[in-house]
Amino acid sequence: MSGIVQVAPVWAVAAVLLTVLAGVAGAVFEAVVQARSDGRRGGLLAPVAETARLLRQPQRSLLSADVLLWRIGTAALPIIAVLMAAVLPFGSWVIADLPVGLVWFNAMDVMVWAAVWLAGWGPNSAHAMIGGYRFLGLALGYELPLMFALTAPAVAAGSLRMADIVAGQETLWYVAWMPVAFVVFCAAVLAFSLHRPFDAPAGADLGGGVLAEAAGVDRLLLLAGRHMLLAVGSGFAVALFLGGGAGPFLPGWAWFLTKTLVVLGVLLVVRRRLGPLRPDQLMAPAWLVALPAVLVQLAVVAVVAVARG
Amino acid sequence: MLTTVIFAALALIAVAAGIVVFRTDSMARATYALAVSFVAVGAMMLQFGLDYIGVVTILMMVMEMAIMAIFMVMFMGMNPALMPMDMVHNKRGSLLIAGGVFVVLAAGALLVPWPARRGAPAVDLTASLGEAIMGNKMLVMLTVSPVLFATLVSAVVLANPRGRYRDYPPPLAAPGDAAGGTDHGGTGSDGGTAPHDHGHHGGGH
Repeated sequence: MSGIVQVAPVWAVAAVLLTVLAGVAGAVFEAVVQARSDGRRGGLLAPVAETARLLRQPQRSLLSADVLLWRIGTAALPIIAVLMAAVLPFGSWVIADLPVGLVWFNAMDVMVWAAVWLAGWGPNSAHAMIGGYRFLGLALGYELPLMFALTAPAVAAGSLRMADIVAGQETLWYVAWMPVAFVVFCAAVLAFSLHRPFDAPAGADLGGGVLAEAAGVDRLLLLAGRHMLLAVGSGFAVALFLGGGAGPFLPGWAWFLTKTLVVLGVLLVVRRRLGPLRPDQLMAPAWLVALPAVLVQLAVVAVVAVARG
Repeated sequence: MLTTVIFAALALIAVAAGIVVFRTDSMARATYALAVSFVAVGAMMLQFGLDYIGVVTILMMVMEMAIMAIFMVMFMGMNPALMPMDMVHNKRGSLLIAGGVFVVLAAGALLVPWPARRGAPAVDLTASLGEAIMGNKMLVMLTVSPVLFATLVSAVVLANPRGRYRDYPPPLAAPGDAAGGTDHGGTGSDGGTAPHDHGHHGGGH
């Protein structure tokens, strides 16, 4: 595979479209799987129908809502997904080849903290606000394991640049010798995209939590943001652990897209099999199991990296 | 030219957001206005070519403001954080201090004879900045940072009565208790029931 090149800024438009489409692919896949498990056929058009319905539905206005913060919170999720995608190498192309692309990704996933909390705070509704706080509770659990899981590929590649990390996997994909970091990363992707088992912030027991008061475009943006974050997160799983666009015969972008869609599909299937997790239930497994495990993983990676010189 | 314009715009955003922190009556707006101010500063650092420090500043500050939202509810007794409130206290004193500090810093920036650049910037600014700041004290820094982190975590754990006296992780619920333990029925499960069980235990210490 040839080196990864930075493309002209105009391609950012294509990146936005692609991020949206990847999110739609996830939503369609989920709808089809849901329809099949309900014993129905189809489901292909369910996300489209839902989008059309939400676009016609008026937004809700609530007494003493902090509309500014609310709108910022709801609009932020899709924007964060696109900003993440900006440093993600798509095959051999990347929009912004930042020397610290991995840290940029990390900064953007932390932005989700602010976005979900604001989306919960804004409407001046107890259910939504508790949903926002639940997300912060989960975030405290998953963020540190995620950060150390991100560190492993960076240490192995000796660089925080996404292109270098992809290039470092030419001989062996990182998933082969960093399985723990890979699993922790995938779990964190489900977490920062508010998917099962980390969907307590939008839980049905809270009447929808951060989604409780979101109607119309607000709801559409939140739901779309969740799917886009999951799709982009899958893309990062491919770039960080599954060799990026590496593969025989097909061009880099085709391999990258295929792998990303497979990871996305697997995550969507896995999450259907899991129950929701209360934020206080996450802390013990995250900090007492995942964090030490990923630190041991990191130590192994560091020793290997030093031994290789 | 464009760089200067962007720098000026970022500086204006940083200062304006900083002013909003004190003018607004909402803790949430104050918190996130402060985050915006810091994000603008982080973007300025990117302009200096300090990629890592700039992005980490954005990361840390956004995370810090989110954590602050948790502390707002955890530790502010009657929870004024959820109500409109005045963001300034001791107005005259703080105005004097702030004005004084500003004058000193501005005078320093204007009056200090800035040295002319010698040599070229290092290839990796982040690494050379780290070397310049920490240099041969790297081992001390590496030791101090986990100790500092552990201190912070234990301070928070000890400040929270439940953190001090309650079993963690919570013991698996007994069959009779299962409804309370695994039920997702709302806010009560966040701790409304648990301290009750361990109240006597805690008092005994």
